[in-house]
Parts: sequence; structure tokens; C-alpha cells
Amino acid sequence: MTHLSSFNISVDFPLYHSDNRSLKKSVLGAAAGRFGIDRNQRPVVQALRDISFTLRSGDRLGLIGPNGSGKTTLLRALSGIYQPASGTLSIEGKLTSLLDSTQGMNMELTGRENIRLRGLFLGMRKPDIARLESDVESFAEIGEFIDLPVRNYSSGMIVRLAFAMATAAQPEILLMDEWIMAGDTAFLEKAKRRVETMVRHADILVLASHSSAIIAQWCNRVIWLEHGKILADGRPLDVFSEYLPPEQFKELIGSVRMAPPIAEVGSAERLQASD
Amino acid sequence: MVDLTGTDRAIRATHRQPLFSTSADRGWAQRFRLATQDVIDGFVLWRLCWALGVADVRLRYRGSVLGPFWLTLSTAVMIGAMGFLYADLFHTNIHTYLPYLGVSLILWNFLGSMVLDAGSCFTGADGLIKGTRMPFTVHALRSVVRDGIVFGHNIIVIFLLFIFFSVHVSFYCLLAIPGLLLWLIDGFALAFMFGAFCARYRDVPQIIGSLMQIAFFVTPVMWNASVLAGHPRAELIIRLNPFYYLLEIVRGPLIGDPLTFNMVAKAVIVSLVLVLVSALAFARTRGRLAYWM
Repeated sequence: MTHLSSFNISVDFPLYHSDNRSLKKSVLGAAAGRFGIDRNQRPVVQALRDISFTLRSGDRLGLIGPNGSGKTTLLRALSGIYQPASGTLSIEGKLTSLLDSTQGMNMELTGRENIRLRGLFLGMRKPDIARLESDVESFAEIGEFIDLPVRNYSSGMIVRLAFAMATAAQPEILLMDEWIMAGDTAFLEKAKRRVETMVRHADILVLASHSSAIIAQWCNRVIWLEHGKILADGRPLDVFSEYLPPEQFKELIGSVRMAPPIAEVGSAERLQASD
Repeated sequence: MVDLTGTDRAIRATHRQPLFSTSADRGWAQRFRLATQDVIDGFVLWRLCWALGVADVRLRYRGSVLGPFWLTLSTAVMIGAMGFLYADLFHTNIHTYLPYLGVSLILWNFLGSMVLDAGSCFTGADGLIKGTRMPFTVHALRSVVRDGIVFGHNIIVIFLLFIFFSVHVSFYCLLAIPGLLLWLIDGFALAFMFGAFCARYRDVPQIIGSLMQIAFFVTPVMWNASVLAGHPRAELIIRLNPFYYLLEIVRGPLIGDPLTFNMVAKAVIVSLVLVLVSALAFARTRGRLAYWM
């Protein structure tokens, strides 16, 4: 069964490339804030503090919070990129992380070559890679650009390619940072449909974003991070009612009415409607 | 097989369901377990390592007419020019000196490039490391593959030299192959050790660069080790030089010098120490590498 659980995860960033002594002084001086000292008496930034939650099949978690609250770091920690300073992370299921649009892509190689490399990374053989290629090609809709080096792409095209690559391989757990919003409306609609299909397979999505409308549409659970700690955890609109100023919250309610959220797993009507 | 929602489930079925867990550092047992897992996972992805290495070499020469064969040509030109100059300076016979110099230089370039590239194998892949969880072994193998491919292009020059100067070639030359395999293992180990070290301390690549310059002159690459015979003090610089033993076990078979058991044993010992130190270094630093990018 696909699941992702984070138990008391903390992440510290060591401050290596800086003047240690003067920094230590200012760190010790600052009683509050996010600076601290690790076990080896080195100054660190406490990026995440005691993050605990469990996601099961069908959970679509939105991460909200101001800049520097630890959203991207949490996504990296959940991807297994950062070994936590304390705590445990356990994941069952194939995980893909989309942390920045160009991640894993070699800008000098063509889109197609990048797709092949991704296929090899996923441990695929030739026939599967061919299938992956055609799937990505048809989803990304970037035409002949697929055979040009990625550095010639517009940022929107890179987003399309990256999203197509990440989702074509059918991850069971998808971690996404907010750059996905660089796509145009038509693409976002398409991306939403794809995530919808994914979630129908009872999978997990974690999305960090500043766009409350997108989070409200895509997610069924929201965690509000502030200074690396969880401030609130609950249903999207409940959390947003605390997080957003009243007038913005009203706007959000309006926009949710216009574009209904992704259907819950097992919702018979929507399944029929899309088939 | 296409399921109800029209998605191709076959793509998903191609690879195993992974179970992954990570936790805060819990000491050496956990470090070695995770490092071993990393190496195993990395070798499983050997196709990816190969493709990345090939892409690196191809990109360097994309759009040029000769492509990677520029490597061959520039090596040939350099050896030709240096050979004639030094044969004259050292008053040696060009027919024996040029093949010796050519083989030595090409082998040294391979060894040197593995040492130098080792330092950047992780820092050069920072985008990949921070973007997705991938075995670090992939980056180490990639750098070895890249240097191996470059060396492969230079082997042509060795063949040309042997034909041109009608050097005696026998099956004995094939004994260079186990030596080269040992080099690949060394290069792989170096990538872990220097890769991690250079990621943590950004001055190290420059230091390694300067040291390799010195190593080039104190190792019998352009000169023959026999010139030191009878000078016990001077002989120390090759007796304490690990590069000398490594170079000799590959060069000896190629130019028809006998391989002694002593030489081979020392090369193997040097490699063993290197592998052990690298294993320790990698186990210790693996969990921190992403933070150093």
C-alpha cells in the first residue's frame, strides 16, 4: 500500500562557507529565530523542526507558508535527498519529485535525449523507453522542439516537458514545487486532469504553492508551515480560513465554486463523465 | 495493457515497487549499509551511467567535424612534437623514445584525468543531486566512463605509434588489460573520495591540480626510471610514488618491459588502500553530500 510517513523530521543546514566565529556570536545572541547550534557546536539554520504526518493512498497534500518557511526543504527531505538531522522518513511506492523545472535535465541535450536518460534512470529497457518517449511527446505538445537542445526552450516549454516526464512514468507519489504554475492555463488544466487520473489510482500528491486557488483545487489536505514548523494541518478551506486575510479567503471561495476541486477517489459520477 | 482510465499500466509495471526509508545518522553500521546500498543501486543503473558519460563526451564535441577524434588528433600532434623535441634534448633515439613517450603520456593522461575529474564528480552534478534521489554511485561511474571513453579514443594513437615505428607486439601486451581494470576500480574509488572532499572544501580541486602537476614530473612519464639507478636518494621519489607502480603495471606490458611480482603487488596494495579509504570516506559523507551542493 502506498504511503509516506514523516516522523519528527528535522533538517539543519550547516553554515559552512561563512565566518564561523562572528557568526556563532550572532547566532548565540539571537535567542529566537531559526539559527541554532548542532551537536558538533557548528552554527546551523534550522530549516525544519519536528515535522510529523502520514499520507496514505488518495491523499493530496498542499504545503503553504511564506517564503523561507521550509516548503521546498520539506519536499527535498521527503524525496530522500536530505538525510534528516533527526527523525525518520518511510515511504512505500514509486516516488518522483519535481522540485525545479530543469531538474535532472541536461540543458545541452535535446528533449528526446533527456527523456531517454530519464527512462534509463527509471531502469527501463528500449521498448519501455520508446513508449515513454511517445507518451511524453504527446502530452508535452512542444512539437519539433523535442529534437532541439533544451536550452532553446521557453520556460513554459521546459515546464511542459518536465511535468510530462515526471508523470508519464506513473509515479505513485508525486512531489511538486510551485514552478508548475509557469505553465499556461490550457496546460494547467491538462496537468490537473493528469494528476486527477493519477490520484484515481489511489496515489499521493504533495504540492507546495503560493497559489491558494490551485491548492484548493488540487488538494484535500493542507499543511501550513511557518519557520520550519507545522502551524496548522487540516482540510484546505479550514486552513485557508486561518491563513488568508478575510477578503482573499472570500475570493478563494468564489474561485473554488468556478472550478471544482479534484474529485475524491471513487466518485462514480466523475469516473463516468471522463470515460 | 490499458486500464479503465486509458493509462498505459505497462510502463508502471516495468520496475519494482521500492520501499524507502531514511533516518537521522545512527553511526557506522547504518552508514555502511546505506553506502553499500548506494553502490548496488548505482551499478543496477549502469546503462544510465554509460549514457551520461557518453553524452558528456559527445556534448564536448557537438557540432565539430571530427568530433571526439579531435582527442586522438591533438594527442598525436602533442606526442609527435614533444617526441622530436625531447629526443633531441635528451640525445635519445627517436625510434625507441617516441613509442615510450607516447604510451606513457596517453596512460598518464588517463590516470590524471581520473584524478582531476574525481574532484568534480559530485559538484558538477549538483542539479541532479538536489533535484532527485539518485545513487551517488551514478555520478562516480559517470566520471569514470567519461575518462574511459576519452582514453579509448587515444588508444588509436598507441596503435599508430606501434605500426609506424614497427614496435614488436606480442600477446604479452594483453597483460595491460588487468592493469587497466585495476585503474578503473581506482578511478571509481577516487571519485568517491575526492568527490566528497572537493564538495566539502572548495579549495581542494585547485590543490589536487597543482599536486598532479608535480606528480607528472616526479613520475617516470617522460623519462625512464632507469636513469635513477645508482642514486638511492633520487630513487626514493619513485619508490614512494604510488603513481609509479600503477603506471608501470600497464605500461610495462605495452612497451615490452617485464612485470615483476613486486611491482604488481605494490600496485594492488596501493589500490586496496585507496578502496578502503574511499569506502570509509563515502560511508561517512554520503548523508551530507546533498547539503554541500
